[in-house]
Amino acid sequence: MPQAAAESNAANLVYSQPTAGTLTLHFVGDWRLRHQPPTKDGALKKLAEAAELKRVRFDADKVTAWDSALVSFLMAVDNACRERGIEVDAEALPDGARRLLNLALAVPEKAGARKAAASTPFLARLGKGWLALVADAKATVGFLGAVTLGFSRLIRGRARLRGSDVLLLIQECGPNALMIIALISLLVGISTAFIGAIQLQKFGTEIFVANLIGLSMVRQMAASMTAFVMAGRTGAAYAAQIGTMQVNQEIDALETLGISPIDFLVLPRIIAMVVMMPFLYFFSNVAGILGGMLVAQVMLNISPVAFYFQLVSALSIKDFVIGVLMAIVFGALVAFYGCLRGIQCGRSAASVGLAATSAVVGAIVAIIVANFIFSVVTTTLGL
Amino acid sequence: MNHPPIPTPSAGTEPPIRVEKLTMAFGSFVLQRDLTFTINQGDIFIIMGGSGCGKSTLLRHLIGLIEPAAGNVYFRGVNLWQADPAEREAIIRRCGVTYQQGALWTSMTLAENVALPLQEYTNLKAGEIADVVAFKLALVGLAGFEDYYPSEISGGMVKRAGLARAMALDPEILFFDEPSAGLDPISSRLLDDLIVQLRDTLGATIVLVTHELPSLLSIGTNSVFLDAASRTMIAEGDPKMLLKTTDNPTVKAFLSRGELNETTA
Repeated sequence: MPQAAAESNAANLVYSQPTAGTLTLHFVGDWRLRHQPPTKDGALKKLAEAAELKRVRFDADKVTAWDSALVSFLMAVDNACRERGIEVDAEALPDGARRLLNLALAVPEKAGARKAAASTPFLARLGKGWLALVADAKATVGFLGAVTLGFSRLIRGRARLRGSDVLLLIQECGPNALMIIALISLLVGISTAFIGAIQLQKFGTEIFVANLIGLSMVRQMAASMTAFVMAGRTGAAYAAQIGTMQVNQEIDALETLGISPIDFLVLPRIIAMVVMMPFLYFFSNVAGILGGMLVAQVMLNISPVAFYFQLVSALSIKDFVIGVLMAIVFGALVAFYGCLRGIQCGRSAASVGLAATSAVVGAIVAIIVANFIFSVVTTTLGL
Repeated sequence: MNHPPIPTPSAGTEPPIRVEKLTMAFGSFVLQRDLTFTINQGDIFIIMGGSGCGKSTLLRHLIGLIEPAAGNVYFRGVNLWQADPAEREAIIRRCGVTYQQGALWTSMTLAENVALPLQEYTNLKAGEIADVVAFKLALVGLAGFEDYYPSEISGGMVKRAGLARAMALDPEILFFDEPSAGLDPISSRLLDDLIVQLRDTLGATIVLVTHELPSLLSIGTNSVFLDAASRTMIAEGDPKMLLKTTDNPTVKAFLSRGELNETTA
């Protein structure tokens, strides 16, 4: 029986047509949003079918409960009636519903306010995209110039930045990043060693796994892995920090005091990153090579001592110099993109998110391009 | 204080700020045009108008953050944008600005916030700076809050701390961007009283961007009304007088909170 009771109380719509020109909509039952009342489609179809219609009457005597479900339905039907010049009789509605309906219809829709789903032609989109790219390139070069001027002020001792800020930033991007860099580098070392070990076993030259790990870490993986991790954790943080300061007008407050945000915010971040990258690079090497040693011992039965001597013979100081240089350049790129996107940030919460995203993307692309240039140059010079 | 010498041809007679035929535009979109008005010594000058008419943008023009698309801004007779950058910076440093959200530097304590301008532009020693900072914070009723960070105090306190920072270098002109936005009526009233007292005791000129009627009617002595529809100024003068005398329906509606019938009856 409860089943039947629920059904009898379900929202329903009954039509009657006392005369050819009049349509009455009888609303029945519980017209509330959570009871899934009928959709407006049926009523609109009915309106379209009855060609001679002059008048639509709403009758809600049998409605047991209602909320916005009923009123939004009424509004849709009312709008459809107005379009066809059909008169609407809302007298038999509950008082509250009638007043809500009148309120909703009091201010007619502003012509042209509704956003048309404009479809821009492909060529226009292509052009806009290109122009945005050019504008972004100009802004990047401009920012590079501003940073360069900032460093020249710094060298002449005329830049305004706080030493305590630099130390705090160094702590943030150095010691605080050690754990994640250690973990990533160890795993990279282990997986490189695995792949190498299987190949080298085929030739019986297992000992060269030390050369493989040493060279790949020192010349490539340590610098780029560290830079990628720093782009994700520190570059994004720089963009978000400076972007939030932009949103809070803190940057305006600096500028009106005549303090350059480049000196005060950007230089300390670039300095902190450039100072810490060599240390992180060495740390990453140690972790990666330890990983390689572990695999060599377990899989290939090469003792750590043998591994070490093979490693020393494979590497020269030149490899470390190149690696450190790469790490410094990558770190500067990460800090540069983080600060650039932060300074360019708009004035809303959403733009801070965008700034952080594009800082990471920009930094990663720049790292890969720089890496490519490094490989070409070192190969050409035979280094 | 050791402000660098400013070339002011006739500092005694020239008004603090004069704006001539100022046009504000973003690219080809003109926000306001032909703004001409004078802010006199000792004024509490109100920049008013409906939302989105360019009040805050006008403020950003006055404090030299944006270069006008056309027209001139004069500080005591010196054309802001024809002065060389060092001179412009020196002029702007004689102004103090408080921002809508306070804009305190969140990584620094209140004391460090107020101290930064002093460290940059004076030769005071750390101990003396600490004294000045304590004094400025006490002026705005924040004595003892030196070591708090902006995130640890309430919104009203952030605004007052922002005011203390704006006053750090004893500015000639104090700018306020929506000082009472987000404050309860009593805090907002107290801030108004503080602004009047600062004007009287420091001899500063005050420029306020606001659309808080009670505030602008009670403390404003001069004003400019920006209209979003016609994109120019449509009234100027003492807001209290404007309310009585203006014939412009937009200004009248604004100043009487839209109760047109009541005021015309």
